[in-house]
Amino acid sequence: MLKCRTVWKKLAPLARASSTVCRQNVRRAGLNNGRIPACVPAAHMSTGPAGGGRENQLYALLVGAACLGGGIYAYRTVKGDSKRYQDRLEEISSRPHKKASEQAATFIQPEALAVEATETKAVPKSEPEPQAAPSTEKSSPPATEAAVAAPSETTETPPAPGVDSVPASSKVPSHAPYLLIGGGTASFAAARSIRARDPGARVLIVTDEADLPYMRPPLSKELWFSDDPSVTETLRFKQWNGKERSIYFQPPSFYINPEELESTDNGGVAVLTGKKVVHMDVRGNKVKLDDNTEISYDKCLIATGGVPRNLQVIERAGDEVTKRTTLFRKIDDFKSLDKVSRNVQSVTIIGGGFLGSELACALGRRSTESGLEVIQMYPEKGNMGKVLPEYLSNWTTQKVKKEGVKVISEALVKSVIYKDDKLEIKLKDGRLVKTDHIVAAVGLEPNVDLAKSAGLEVDSDFGGFRVNAELQARSNIWVAGDAACFYDIRLGRRRVEHHDHAVVSGRLAGENMTGASKPYWHQSMFWSDLGPDVGYEAIGIVDSSLPTVGVFAKATAKDTPKAATEKSGTGIRSESETEDVATSPAASSTPAPPVEPHKDDYGKGVIFYLRDKVVVGIILWNVFNRMPVARKIIKDGEEHADLNEVAKLFNIHED
Amino acid sequence: MTSVREEGKDRIIFATKEDHATPSNAELIEEDPNDPYEERGLILPNGEINWNCPCLGGMASGPCGTEFKDAFSCFHYSKEEVKGSECLEQFRAMQECMQRYPDLYPQEDDKVPEEKSSETEQTSQDSAPVQDSDTPQPNTESSVESS
Repeated sequence: MLKCRTVWKKLAPLARASSTVCRQNVRRAGLNNGRIPACVPAAHMSTGPAGGGRENQLYALLVGAACLGGGIYAYRTVKGDSKRYQDRLEEISSRPHKKASEQAATFIQPEALAVEATETKAVPKSEPEPQAAPSTEKSSPPATEAAVAAPSETTETPPAPGVDSVPASSKVPSHAPYLLIGGGTASFAAARSIRARDPGARVLIVTDEADLPYMRPPLSKELWFSDDPSVTETLRFKQWNGKERSIYFQPPSFYINPEELESTDNGGVAVLTGKKVVHMDVRGNKVKLDDNTEISYDKCLIATGGVPRNLQVIERAGDEVTKRTTLFRKIDDFKSLDKVSRNVQSVTIIGGGFLGSELACALGRRSTESGLEVIQMYPEKGNMGKVLPEYLSNWTTQKVKKEGVKVISEALVKSVIYKDDKLEIKLKDGRLVKTDHIVAAVGLEPNVDLAKSAGLEVDSDFGGFRVNAELQARSNIWVAGDAACFYDIRLGRRRVEHHDHAVVSGRLAGENMTGASKPYWHQSMFWSDLGPDVGYEAIGIVDSSLPTVGVFAKATAKDTPKAATEKSGTGIRSESETEDVATSPAASSTPAPPVEPHKDDYGKGVIFYLRDKVVVGIILWNVFNRMPVARKIIKDGEEHADLNEVAKLFNIHED
Repeated sequence: MTSVREEGKDRIIFATKEDHATPSNAELIEEDPNDPYEERGLILPNGEINWNCPCLGGMASGPCGTEFKDAFSCFHYSKEEVKGSECLEQFRAMQECMQRYPDLYPQEDDKVPEEKSSETEQTSQDSAPVQDSDTPQPNTESSVESS
């Protein structure tokens, strides 16, 4: 401080001197407002006032000028901000008008095309999007969407611009007589069943996906074989017989809007997409969504399906690896894998079961055109090693290799790293595999998130919600599909992850929700195609650890999946079993000349899986349209002394 | 000659055509036509219509489900000489409803629903099959939803 004072004292005469000079300049140049501020600091700093009225005037002027300048600046800034603010508000308020008129226009003409476009676009918002609303405007702020309140015919005046109105609850019904949690195959089957049996039923499906209910099998089969380059958008596939269909069970016009659910005369099925049920209050018969809205119900179905499992080594491997890994289950996974497969040189599929093998064959087919390297690795000895007996698994593996797949069996993944722009997979036996992208098909983890809040039992052996033979978990709560661990009267407690089971169990749950009280009895089937030469249908417990008896005939060119569907005139395999009701199959194509059989050529046959000498599972190997016989044998649950005699019932030598 | 081979716990039989041409001596349990657990066809054992039959596709459950049920019930229980002749009103109402949803119901619904052919468009609802007989529909083998 002392130092300051001495410095200050030294400066003072200087300041005085400079102010004198200033004054002199000013007198000469005439009083000039602009110049004076430059001298102001000196004048201000002088401790000893120079004295004289003139200086005081100048001083006052300078201060005034400074204030004025500051004032002008401040005014300008505030004005500018205010203008910007007004502009923004105007913009916001103009948007609801634009959107309302657009929505009104599109709703008046419910073109299938416009609506079709919305269903295929992913809407990753957490707000509810009633399906008919054009959900293409993703950029509009929540306030306006809530303000417009979806496609009701009445034109609503939007609220004061800039005010955030309550977003979701106005669109979600507060009560649903039938509430179905999950929007997959089981849920849709239940919805259909309920509507068929309870006239005017009001069914609400709540799904956290953005898509309407769709079927999953084509995602790993038919869609990959489509010739249409826009298949990832249309999601339509051409079946062998030329008929085309969408993977969606129904177009959007089948469903009604959630907010119309309570008022529609004859009821209907409404789908609330992009909403997750996070809490279930069983005592109060209501659920809570992730946006805190509550929906009460009379009857509830849990059909939450599952989430693909991942390998721990991949989960821990870091972002560069995980972002090059696909866990395949949904439509988005199909789209992204399709894109990836066109842009990389090498894809590796980890997993040798249904999904892994089907994807390997589908991609292997592509590899012939594009030069894509397709690798499949798994811990078993052969493809479908946990399903097929060893000899058949080996045979299948050869066929898969013929589809262009590099198969690495008995492979246990030890680590995965990202190095030199490639993924390096190291196996436990030391082998190293370099690839660009990984598809993990290592199983499904059933989604039992609601078990805790709902107080529902989870099965420790099979996973999933534990339910009885009528698929009931507790009063008013049923579970169906992949997430249901149910009691099968004939085969014992089990959990099944197949498409037809989702349909059968969904239907059954729907029947029981409308008062039927029927147990699981009609055995569901499943099927798989591994290329055009290998196809099979199966029913019951098909576990390769069980003793098996296989009865084979010689295969001709007629006995392939392709021929089967061409003959029956239907497309997807399971349809050939069901919808083929009143008519006989269309005339078969001209038979090809018989193929000279190899001694161990397992062309056609039937394989029985035994448990305590009773047939609990049957595979129909390249033999089609005979599922009723197989179902009957399992239903009977009898011990048969000679299974060759039982095999005769299938007429495997005929078509 | 039919050959038999064992591979561990698995038995493999290669059967000749002649062998399988002889009738099987495997015994199957007789079916109970009134088994309450069984999946039914279009017509239930008590004569009623099974609206949940997979063969109907989604006809009874869609937006025009009520109209469809009215029309079809009327037809089913009709005792007129020309069956269903008193049901024109219901059929018209159904047709009117279906015309409002062209992508669900293909515009071939002028014809009275006959037996379903496998050639019908699978992308939308199939026209309803009418099996006016006492025997139930052949049991569907799997219940996969198409339409």
